[in-house]
Amino acid sequence: MGQPGMVQYWDIALILLPLTAALLAFLFPRGGTFIGLLTAVAVMTCAAGLTSVLLGEGEQHHAIGGWGAPLGIMLHTDGLSMLMLLMGAVVGLGISLYAIAWFRDEPAKAKRFWPLWLLLWTALNALFLSADIFNLYVTLELLGLSAAGLAALAGGPAALAAAMRYLLVSLLGSLLYLLGVALLYHAHGTVDIALLAERLSPSPASWAAVGLMSVGLLLKTALFPLHFWLPPAHSSASAPVSALLSALVVKATFYLFLRLWLELFATVTPQLNTLLGMLGAAAVLWGSLQALRQSRLKLLIAYSTVAQIGYLFMAFPLAALAGLSAWNGALYLALSHALAKSAMFMAAGNLVRHAGHDRIAELDCVAQRLPLSVAAFALAGMSIMGLPPSGGFVAKWWLLEAAMGQGQWALALVLILGGIMAAAYVFKVVGFAFTKAQVPHEARSVPLTMEWVALALALGAVLLGLFVLSPLSVLAVGEPFGLTPGVVVQ
Amino acid sequence: MSAALFYALIGAGIFSLGLYALIIHPHLLRKILAFNLMGSGVFLMLAGLARRTPDGAPDPVPHAMVITGIVVAVAATALALVLMLSLRDASGHVVLPDEKEH
Repeated sequence: MGQPGMVQYWDIALILLPLTAALLAFLFPRGGTFIGLLTAVAVMTCAAGLTSVLLGEGEQHHAIGGWGAPLGIMLHTDGLSMLMLLMGAVVGLGISLYAIAWFRDEPAKAKRFWPLWLLLWTALNALFLSADIFNLYVTLELLGLSAAGLAALAGGPAALAAAMRYLLVSLLGSLLYLLGVALLYHAHGTVDIALLAERLSPSPASWAAVGLMSVGLLLKTALFPLHFWLPPAHSSASAPVSALLSALVVKATFYLFLRLWLELFATVTPQLNTLLGMLGAAAVLWGSLQALRQSRLKLLIAYSTVAQIGYLFMAFPLAALAGLSAWNGALYLALSHALAKSAMFMAAGNLVRHAGHDRIAELDCVAQRLPLSVAAFALAGMSIMGLPPSGGFVAKWWLLEAAMGQGQWALALVLILGGIMAAAYVFKVVGFAFTKAQVPHEARSVPLTMEWVALALALGAVLLGLFVLSPLSVLAVGEPFGLTPGVVVQ
Repeated sequence: MSAALFYALIGAGIFSLGLYALIIHPHLLRKILAFNLMGSGVFLMLAGLARRTPDGAPDPVPHAMVITGIVVAVAATALALVLMLSLRDASGHVVLPDEKEH
């Protein structure tokens, strides 16, 4: 609740505003675009407001309606959740602007897009702010249901089948998570994360709960080998939906896993971190290899997401010794990937809109026709492959430093190999963008907004590498990793 | 064996049966039913484990969780059924593409 008499309402606004807007957009479909844009700006304002409170007063606890834990619902904001909220606000604004232009000619789809997207945004913000594992279950379900609805929006057999599979996987993941919650509640009598952290001890019930919750969340995060559902779902959706699924939804479940790992799981099953690192490394190699083999642009980008998720998990074994720098690397990668991947999917959407297909080999001199989109793709690619000065470079540098520092040569090698393979698949696309195709296609014009939004997000991913200190100072609030900056844990 | 443990084991059994059915049946309606069965297993566990001591009053919090879970399950089932019907209209099949119809 902060200091007495200094109660702030930014966190509650971050949940209530998009929720109300989603209901309004559902009731008044004609005003969807206006409501969506207004909400995107309002969420950005609230996130900025909460950041300034956070930087001034430290982490925030908010007991809703004056009912605190263990019975009431607590909202908790620290540096980690704040960074995720900011990521959602920035990328969400970009997605909203892009979606306005994308759905301009399809009012029937726009009518369904806005309520679902605003509901998904509500779920995201609520997930980042919740401090009890049952409330988190509800936000997970909200997120999964609205994401499946959005994935089905594109229509057609492929998108509907992918959305159906996505929904089933998402429901299975949530049920496994809920079963874990049931076991933890029975054993420890609370669902509040902070209280659980005090009471948790290694026992069969805790192991079972941690196992169930981890598998559920890793399934939803699409960590190799549980990634099978991601490429079809992300690649067959409409461009703005692909962007938000790959940039934000996957990060939300990763955030939840990381949060639970830091507070609860690490005390119960610390030895799991090696396994997570190995799966992460396998994801990097497998995802990059599959991305290289694709002939469709959107599938290539989706497999690249599988690889990038791998990097996030490679931080777990490294953090056991290197602590802060490995976590900072993972979080920085999550941020820059959110910006870069949304820009990539938007650029791909522009190319699809322009040419009517996404076959990489037939891009047909698109670099001259849509220079801004190709530039956005290339800039985002810089961050994905980790070229300086992008955010992706900084993140991988920290991870590499942590790996070298403790002699984890295998992980260091995977980090470098992943970058080289990413360079190969990005250049494959950029190369075809400059060459002339065998069969020329009818070209459609692309609204300028769509090109500029993609470029702005890609630029953001690159600029993230130049302004490192401010995100890090936000991240350090409340010491989410239990480590003070500068202190080396042996 | 206490009553709580008995119900919990039955719940875990129902959950496993549902999981098995979800994996082996290609028909989407069966998958949706299997998911509902899994949910019921979790709810039975939650409600069964609510009685912490043999003679004390049951803890009401898990019951509140079950109610929330039921609401979520109803919404999820509705969405899954709508998706299944639109998939049938679009493709003529009620199975996912890479699974064979028996």
